[in-house]
Amino acid sequence: MGPLTFAALAAGLVASALTVVLHPNPVKSALALVVTLFLLAVVFVFLEAHMIAALQVIVYAGAIMVLFLFVIMLLNLQDDAAETRGSDRIALRAGAWLGGGVLAGELVTLFLRLPLAAPSAAPEGYGGAAVVARSLFTDYLLPFELTSILLLIAVVGAVVLAQRREA
Amino acid sequence: MWADAGIAAATSLVVLLLVLSLCFVLLWVERKGSALIQDRIGANRANIFGGILPFNLGIVNTMIADPIKMFTKEDVVPADADKLLHFLGPFLAVFPVLVIFAVVPFGDVLVIGGHSVDLQAAHLDVGILYVLAMSGLAVYGIVLGGWASNSRWALLGAIRGSAQMISYEIAMGLALIGTVMTFGTLDLQAIARAQGAHLWGVVPAWGVLYQPLGFLIFLIAGIAESKRVPFDIPEGESELTCGFFTEYSGSKQACFMLSDFAEIVVVSGLVTTLFFGAWQVPFLARDGWHFPGGLTLAMPHLAIVALQVASFILKVLLFCCLQILVRWSLPRYRYDQLMDLGWKRLLPLALVNVLVTGIVIVLAG
Repeated sequence: MGPLTFAALAAGLVASALTVVLHPNPVKSALALVVTLFLLAVVFVFLEAHMIAALQVIVYAGAIMVLFLFVIMLLNLQDDAAETRGSDRIALRAGAWLGGGVLAGELVTLFLRLPLAAPSAAPEGYGGAAVVARSLFTDYLLPFELTSILLLIAVVGAVVLAQRREA
Repeated sequence: MWADAGIAAATSLVVLLLVLSLCFVLLWVERKGSALIQDRIGANRANIFGGILPFNLGIVNTMIADPIKMFTKEDVVPADADKLLHFLGPFLAVFPVLVIFAVVPFGDVLVIGGHSVDLQAAHLDVGILYVLAMSGLAVYGIVLGGWASNSRWALLGAIRGSAQMISYEIAMGLALIGTVMTFGTLDLQAIARAQGAHLWGVVPAWGVLYQPLGFLIFLIAGIAESKRVPFDIPEGESELTCGFFTEYSGSKQACFMLSDFAEIVVVSGLVTTLFFGAWQVPFLARDGWHFPGGLTLAMPHLAIVALQVASFILKVLLFCCLQILVRWSLPRYRYDQLMDLGWKRLLPLALVNVLVTGIVIVLAG
């Protein structure tokens, strides 16, 4: 990926990410998130990680964001400005700034610790389905299975919560 | 370098024109086919030379006059609609469907002037995942179109559409896993080549022989993805006027219609590629015919390529006609029946298919 491509993609990513946070209309926010996730997939394509790019689009841009939009439309959410009371708003804002500050701090520390040497050349078949699958089912088998158990617990929990209770 | 770019541009253009021209043919097949099924004559008013021609020009009417009419009609945008999203909706609906065909191979290798051209617009290692990714994006067109119209019918249609497409996407993906396990690759051209073998030297080893259940699930889920009868709940004209595109007219509505037809072609193309030998002609190899019993017959390269491309188009057309037949002979599902079929029938069946395929593969070594 050349510096020009990266700059263009990064600019698009930052712009759409800012739209997610700043746009008053929830549907437009969700759409901006779709654009962000799609552009991230394009970054993966330029990094030769085709498998990850396709999964990114299927899972995030395709499935999860459709559900987001579905819920937003079903609840018919309008502009969020008038929804919360004054005192709640101040508390919400303080919490958001705090949380955002912690995340930004983490990001900066991480960035400062990263080695700045050029990465070594990618191995044969890098980013393809076979290589990703092999490392997923050998080196990362335990985290992979634990993640699926976590998802299963979430599904069971959702079913229990959604179950109609007998009066 | 330039030759490669030219070849890439040419194959992309051929694929795009292939899909679009098949869509136009289908427009006519649908008109005439529905008339045939309903015992009518169908579109036959095309008196363009004052009736001096001895034959009927109804085909000209539906294939040329209809699109021209659609694209030159007035384009009405509802007063309170979200202008930008209302404008984007139809394009977001048609674009992902048209680009899916980029990974579908329509022929083997064409050797021309020292260049060997893979007859496939985009050779992707993760072809099947790309198909699923793009068909997942197709839902945004109808969701946005329905929401931006600021109409209750359209919004209801959009919500139904998104729920339906997510449900059937899962069954579709799981049905494809059986095929991926059988051929051991996600690359559509590799899958097409693998189907060139013959079982016991006689029966073409097409995917449907290994994955009959996967084929049925994929076809049903594919028809559901194209939102047509019996799965046209998002449109549901008797309850929702016209569903998600109620507030669309003129060229934008034509875009939605085009995406419908393109989806038929894409589903047929995928069924052909994954389950019915793609561009393979039985007993025809790269150097000529190899009949069982040792009889071989050489054939010029260009003729073989032409035969293979023709066989692909013929198979695709066959499955297009099957889908149109299904559309005009079945009643519409009720919404809960639709969800039932997707989640309680197709999904478990697809899981069983994956399990059985896995057991067979392990046993067969």
